[in-house]
Amino acid sequence: MSTVSPPESPLVPRRSPAAASRVAFAALLLRDAVVLRKTLREFLPRTLLQPFLLVFVFTYVFPKIGQGVGGAGGEAAFSTILVAGVIALAIIFQGIQSVALPMVQEFGYTREIEDRVLAPLPIALVAVEKAVWGALASLFSALLVFPIAAFVPATPVDLQVNWLVLCTLTPLCCYMCGALGLFFGTRFDPRTVPLLFGIVVIPITFLGAIYYPWQALEPIRWLQILVLANPLVYMCEGFRAALTDSPHMSLWVVYPALVGFSALFTWQGIKGFARRVVS
Amino acid sequence: MTVVDEVIRTEALTKDYPGGIRAVDGLDLSVRSGEIFGLLGPNGAGKTTTAGMLTTRVVPTSGSAWVAGIDVVAHPVAAKQVIGVVPQTNTLDRSLSVFENLYFHGRFFGMNARTARAEADRRLEQFRLTDRATQPVAALSGGMAQRLMVARAILHRPATIFLDEPTAGLDPQSRLALWEVLGELHAEGQTILLTTHYMEEADQLCDRLAIIDHGRLLALGSPEELKATTGADTIVTVVARPDALDRLAGVLAGVAGVQQAVRVDEQVVAQVEGADGIVPRVFTAAEAAGIAITDVSVAEPSLETVFINLTGKDLRE
Ligand SMILES: Nc1ncnc2c1ncn2[C@@H]1O[C@H](COP(=O)(O)OP(=O)(O)OP(=O)(O)O)[C@@H](O)[C@H]1O
Ligand SMILES: [Mg+2]
Repeated sequence: MSTVSPPESPLVPRRSPAAASRVAFAALLLRDAVVLRKTLREFLPRTLLQPFLLVFVFTYVFPKIGQGVGGAGGEAAFSTILVAGVIALAIIFQGIQSVALPMVQEFGYTREIEDRVLAPLPIALVAVEKAVWGALASLFSALLVFPIAAFVPATPVDLQVNWLVLCTLTPLCCYMCGALGLFFGTRFDPRTVPLLFGIVVIPITFLGAIYYPWQALEPIRWLQILVLANPLVYMCEGFRAALTDSPHMSLWVVYPALVGFSALFTWQGIKGFARRVVS
Repeated sequence: MTVVDEVIRTEALTKDYPGGIRAVDGLDLSVRSGEIFGLLGPNGAGKTTTAGMLTTRVVPTSGSAWVAGIDVVAHPVAAKQVIGVVPQTNTLDRSLSVFENLYFHGRFFGMNARTARAEADRRLEQFRLTDRATQPVAALSGGMAQRLMVARAILHRPATIFLDEPTAGLDPQSRLALWEVLGELHAEGQTILLTTHYMEEADQLCDRLAIIDHGRLLALGSPEELKATTGADTIVTVVARPDALDRLAGVLAGVAGVQQAVRVDEQVVAQVEGADGIVPRVFTAAEAAGIAITDVSVAEPSLETVFINLTGKDLRE
């Protein structure tokens, strides 16, 4: 077959698939950024309120009213333990809220995802773009939340930053949560999305080593093993290593686990995405 | 170089959905540059599936499809660069304004910011949407939303655009406005493939059309060619008591000049050649058979007639 020239001389040069994909991928990210800017007034309270309340109640109100938490280590140690958990929580929530929820909507009643599916890049990259966008939004919310976790507590937070770990772990955690959002976004629909929070997000956050180091679960051995299936555990433990001197899980476990979960969610997310847009 | 004119080509294109439904069955099509080509068929005929395969969203079970010479299955990213799509449902980006829907579409297709802005403005003007530019797309009427989707589909100057039932659900005025838009694009030389189950739309707009049912091609040609295949110059539609209709069809088939008469729903449709005096002859024959006729109408053959001849059924829902 010989190639046909289009009627009007095309404004857009026909690019190689690789070049077209690169440009389209960047434009998709730009579109998401513009949507975020337009919804900043919802984004900020949604991102800040929950971590603020968590930190405020546990590390400001409780010590003030003399109802300390934190066991043997005391209240100061508890604020220090919580700082990692609060940041990890902000990241995982953002991954779900900035990727999974819009995606459920776009797949659901409106099918408005179709126009982006028709952009000149492979379907898999349209899916990956969502995960990357989720990572950027998560990073943004981690930066917003950090000062809250560090400065709101009534008792001082003892920060001991390991920059190398912090700078490698943060992007990894953010990407994993973006991919988690992609995965959830393709597996839930508008009818079942309340379940996402009711039976998925709540257990993940309650059993995610936010309020205690994973090692402290030693006395409840079965639970300690069970929660290893929870990706949030590795995030909290990783941030504990990056930000504090608190006891934490070995980084030799944390990094491979985060990479593994990222790969798993990306793979399953792409699969689920393709299944929903191509028949 | 005859092939140069060909913008869309399918060969034995077939799609089986899970569950054993054969939605498209060995379709061979060829659409020339600059024409409006119609896929006409009833609900479930396979129109959306065919358009889906040509636009990379449905993977064929077998057969091949090319757009602008690009194999859409083997090279979907290259193919997506040369097609524009107006799907059957409203897929405008509800998080963006009217202008932004066009602007970002341009960016997806590699325009720089300045070009995308200029093209978006130009198309808003052309489609009379400029005063809506900053509104959210949810504020558009159905007809405006449809025009915006057409504007979006052509923004990146594709070799061909696909419109799936573009006027379904539009009021008559919006339908006319959209036909006008498509006419303008046609005049500019834009190749257009549209699916429809409106006879009138196919007749008015299309240079050529393919009538399909159950995923198969039943007939192909210009509306005039297709209508000429009936061999009739007049269509007489007769209404009588429902229980007498089958008998009436038999009676009318014997009337001089009637080529064939078939019952379609609550009426009998007779195809006639040599229409002079046909109405009195119909009355006389019916009376002789003791059937009371309640209504008779006379019309020229339409695509409806063609469809009835091909399938034995009416295209109207
Ligand atoms: N995703 C799908 N899975 C299974 N079957 C499908 C799917 N999409 C369409 N079909 C079936 O394939 C056949 C053709 O459907 P298609 O949507 O292509 O028809 P259509 O001509 O566009 O009809 P309409 O005028 O209603 O839009 C129908 O029997 C339909 O039920
Ligand atoms: Mg359809």
